[in-house]
Amino acid sequence: MGDKNVLRFTLNGRQVEVLAEPRELLVHVLREQLGQTGTHIGCETSHCGACTVDLNGESVKSCTVLGVQAEGAEIITVEGLAKDGKLHPVQEGFMQEHALQCGFCTPGIMVRAFRFLNENPDPSDEEIRLGVSGNLCRCTGYQNIVKAVRYAANKLKAARAQA
Amino acid sequence: MIPASFEYHRARTIDEALELLAKYGEDAKILAGGQSLLPMMKLRLASPGHLVDISEVAQLKELREADGLIRIGAAATETALLHSALLRGKCPLIGEAAAQIGDPQIRNRGTLGGNLAHGDPGNDHPSVMIALGASVIARGPAGERRLPMDGFYRGLYDTQLEPLELLTEIQVPTPPARSGAAYLKLKRKIGDFATAASAVQLSLGEGDTCARIGIALTNVAPMPLRLSGAEALLAGKRITAELIEQAAQIATGACDAADDFHGPSEYRAQMAGEMTRRALAGALERARRD
Ligand SMILES: Cc1cc2nc3c(=O)[nH]c(=O)nc-3n(C[C@H](O)[C@H](O)[C@H](O)COP(=O)(O)OP(=O)(O)OC[C@H]3O[C@@H](n4cnc5c(N)ncnc54)[C@H](O)[C@@H]3O)c2cc1C
Ligand code: FES
Ligand code: FES
Repeated sequence: MGDKNVLRFTLNGRQVEVLAEPRELLVHVLREQLGQTGTHIGCETSHCGACTVDLNGESVKSCTVLGVQAEGAEIITVEGLAKDGKLHPVQEGFMQEHALQCGFCTPGIMVRAFRFLNENPDPSDEEIRLGVSGNLCRCTGYQNIVKAVRYAANKLKAARAQA
Repeated sequence: MIPASFEYHRARTIDEALELLAKYGEDAKILAGGQSLLPMMKLRLASPGHLVDISEVAQLKELREADGLIRIGAAATETALLHSALLRGKCPLIGEAAAQIGDPQIRNRGTLGGNLAHGDPGNDHPSVMIALGASVIARGPAGERRLPMDGFYRGLYDTQLEPLELLTEIQVPTPPARSGAAYLKLKRKIGDFATAASAVQLSLGEGDTCARIGIALTNVAPMPLRLSGAEALLAGKRITAELIEQAAQIATGACDAADDFHGPSEYRAQMAGEMTRRALAGALERARRD
């Protein structure tokens, strides 16, 4: 019982293969087996959202998903947001708008904001707040986080208009 | 925090899930969204030897309407309920409640069937389904059973489901024309369970009298509470502000809430009354416009 299984999934566009016990949470597989420590563990009780990753195109709390459930899945973590050395507009927004202080919540919120803007490319401030409501930040007071997501929304909109 | 060891099985079909349950017996548990079960396993409040994952069984995610019945697969996620045009058009109460559950990440995983089967009085769908007059379909070794949601709960975390049974489908009678509904939930912040919540589904008949009404409360007793007394008070009548007031008082009187971090029991009972007052007024207004 509890034997390790070979687990294969796509992480940030790359095929990965790890050995994991069924009881290992996805966040532990990412951090401990794959060394991808951008995904943080805040509460480990499904409340804070620091462990948010993108699983098959949906935001999930990776402390409340089993690693084995990722078999065959496509996962995006904060490490996958930047492309070719260029920050993703969400990351740029967090920098420009000072949307972090200690930074502990930041990877989870950015991965969530990335997906949220895919689902709702032109959100109101209210919708942004609801969109990232599964992510807690103890430092910023959220004001600048909303501004950062708005920055990214505008930048992505401009890029779409050009394309 | 990690769960105790277990073996993991991913079911592809309903039959496969049932076979796995039959094979591993009471040592097996169904894993749907995992948003209640995994936290309990991390705290070792549950330590099943086998998990049967139904979250990718396509048959359990279907959402359709036929013959006056809305049929929702048990593994449909809250997000799927929220995005369903069918529900928005024909039974908006379900999506209104789903929007007030957890947060976006929780809603992406959590399922309607899991929310109903879990048996936590804080779960929001049970009172909604009772107000709607819904039933669930359970499949097990003895075949298929249809269980009305009213009477489904036996106590805290205790339902009519047998250990080897799988909840496959939720069946909701399609509300007729001139129906209105509301789910009013008081909570401290997003992601919290209700301090008190009230679900109302009503339909108007001739002369704007109340042709059918269902009222039920969330998280103010060990089980969801159907307010039969308030339903009887309003049925067949034109609903007035005085009647709404009386129904709200029945709600307050029916509560058996604990003193806990949600607030003292007296406060929660008063809030159950207030949520019922607002839900009735909201549902009535919507029915008149429907
Ligand atoms: C931070 C947080 C906030 C939350 N807030 C709310 C809230 O505001 N309101 C609310 O209602 N809920 C809330 N929840 C709980 C959430 O909605 C869960 O998703 C739900 O309670 C259980 O559904 P699930 O699909 O995740 O089930 P699981 O966790 O997978 O299973 C729960 C139980 O049901 C059984 N089960 C599941 N599916 C079936 C089936 N088809 N047949 C038979 N048995 C089955 C399982 O064996 C288990 O015992 C919250 C959870 C978290 C982590
Ligand atoms: S670490 Fe997963 S929600 Fe907090
Ligand atoms: S920046 Fe510190 S928790 Fe968000």
